[in-house]
Amino acid sequence: MDNLTIIASGSIIMCGLTTAIGVIAPALGEGRAVVAALTSLAQQPDASATITRTLFVGLAMIESLAIYCFVISMILLFANPFWGHFLAKAGG
Amino acid sequence: MHLGPDNVIFCQYEFLKLNSTIATTWALMLALTAGSLLITRRLSTDLKISRWQNLIEIIVNSVRTQIQEIGLTEPRKYLGFLGTLFLFIALSNLCTVLPFYEPPTGSLSTTAALAISVFIAVPVYGIAEAGVGGYLKSYLEPTFLMLPFNIIAELTRTLALAVRLFGNIMSGTMIVAILLSVTPLIFPILMTLLGLLTGMVQAYIFSVLATVYVAAATRAQQDQ
Repeated sequence: MDNLTIIASGSIIMCGLTTAIGVIAPALGEGRAVVAALTSLAQQPDASATITRTLFVGLAMIESLAIYCFVISMILLFANPFWGHFLAKAGG
Repeated sequence: MHLGPDNVIFCQYEFLKLNSTIATTWALMLALTAGSLLITRRLSTDLKISRWQNLIEIIVNSVRTQIQEIGLTEPRKYLGFLGTLFLFIALSNLCTVLPFYEPPTGSLSTTAALAISVFIAVPVYGIAEAGVGGYLKSYLEPTFLMLPFNIIAELTRTLALAVRLFGNIMSGTMIVAILLSVTPLIFPILMTLLGLLTGMVQAYIFSVLATVYVAAATRAQQDQ
């Protein structure tokens, strides 16, 4: 295989793996956060406004971990720096 | 497929490009400024107020109470900066309901600019509250061993602010674009709806995090 093929296949495979593996931990984390929030909601329904607000902020912060993985996959697919470098080298 | 509104270029003069991000940002800034000017031109203290004044009072009041709840006791000083951040991001994410609109927050350059303004504003507020020495001392807490980690945290949280907003909005628009080519009937609308919710939550989170950072920089001195 020449360089371009190695880079292309590596980027495509790793792009899928990045999102697939990277989403596992945030998914577990979000599940735990929701469980904790529901438990405390059941115990103290009066504090629901605060709990919900904090839950949303926390969820979005956990979710941004998964989003980082997604961004890296997108960079690998659409804005791969190595791809452009070797393409220029092969072309010129 | 293009990544975000940066690649939609309207006109180009040598190295200066007018892309969709800049044009939309200007339009939003114009809308926000002109709207607030028009509304605040005739404020009244009567019992009966116009509905636009009512709207703006609700927004300003809730932003103030949020800032106060996070721990800044004088929200007036910070209302301008933090409120503007929230309003700009919220409006730019809300306008996704308009056809042919691409949110400027879906471009890394916009979110990086917003994050850098937070990065600069935090020491400015910290120094204004406690002077240069007092602010620099907050890097030595709890012990001086934490100095490099505090500096790294300052940089990485700026990066995280930028990438979080960019990633959320960009993924929203990209999912809609992918769904349009797979199941174009109903699902894109549902995902746009979800994108509106995420957009509002992200606007809230961005401004809350900025408030927390400002509060952390100014609170360290108030305790002493």
